[in-house]
Amino acid sequence: MIQIFGNFLENLFNKDNLEKTQVFGDFVERPQQEEHLTLGFSPSAIPIRKRWRNNGLSADYLANYLATFFPIKVDEPDGIDKLAEMKSAVSYIANELLENSMKYSDKTALYPITLHTQLDSDKIRLFVDNSILPAQAENFKTFIHELINSDPDELFISKLEENAESENTSSSGLGFLTMINDYSAKLGWKFDTVGQDSPVMTVTTMVELAV
Amino acid sequence: MQVKGDNYNVWYDKNNGAVNFNGALRLTGMQDYAPILQLLNEIASKEPANIVLNLQSLEFLNSSGISMLSKFVIGMRKKKSIQMKILGSNNIPWQGKSLKNLQRLMPGLTLDLQ
Repeated sequence: MIQIFGNFLENLFNKDNLEKTQVFGDFVERPQQEEHLTLGFSPSAIPIRKRWRNNGLSADYLANYLATFFPIKVDEPDGIDKLAEMKSAVSYIANELLENSMKYSDKTALYPITLHTQLDSDKIRLFVDNSILPAQAENFKTFIHELINSDPDELFISKLEENAESENTSSSGLGFLTMINDYSAKLGWKFDTVGQDSPVMTVTTMVELAV
Repeated sequence: MQVKGDNYNVWYDKNNGAVNFNGALRLTGMQDYAPILQLLNEIASKEPANIVLNLQSLEFLNSSGISMLSKFVIGMRKKKSIQMKILGSNNIPWQGKSLKNLQRLMPGLTLDLQ
């Protein structure tokens, strides 16, 4: 009887855990052994407007830092162009990820925003991890569902048309759609909670770029 | 007519009908882009024969900025008498990737990447 009850608890616990972590799209976990770099931010420390200019600085820094490790040689044909293109792509994507995390993180959660990047032999992965309010998380999941189940190209154009009609839209997912359509990026997400007893929800967005 | 910020400058050159964009535009959202959109709409309201958006010195544009430009271009579809042209640079990688979307929104738009 005790054994059965124990199993029941264990199942309940595991099920609970599974329900808390949700993965969408092409998400992969981040192994630490490759060349990597992590930047951390404390979202509640200074107002978002003051912090905003640092998104661009951080994104450019990341792009320049990674450029050293890109498997592109400047003396190969188009090498310089390819390098500039790669740097521009990383800078654009890192900036978008930071902007999103600054806008949508739960400022009361005291949970840091981290931007992590790692280089594989033929791909770059960027991860941004931040807290998120449960209501925002639900909206975000609805958008992800829409994104995964539609043609990203058509969705992009229809979102642009929608935006043009409305007076004020801020969360249209255009950043993600440009990453997929203009930069051929693969995206994935992981929703989680900080700990067993904590109500704080987190989301990690992963963007993968082929080098 | 001009909208200027820390890292960017947008101004209208009456002589050649070009709106010149310089620097890096990373404003926080559509609300912050409103003054630039207003400048563009003001020019369009005068129904000039041509409007050129010269982006050849615009090093960076975030997705909110892409959204703002798209909104303007979509509005311009109704003003059939105005010839729209976007002048870009092949040396700025984001332009080659993202500007073609504006042409998809408005097939009559001329996109000139140099």
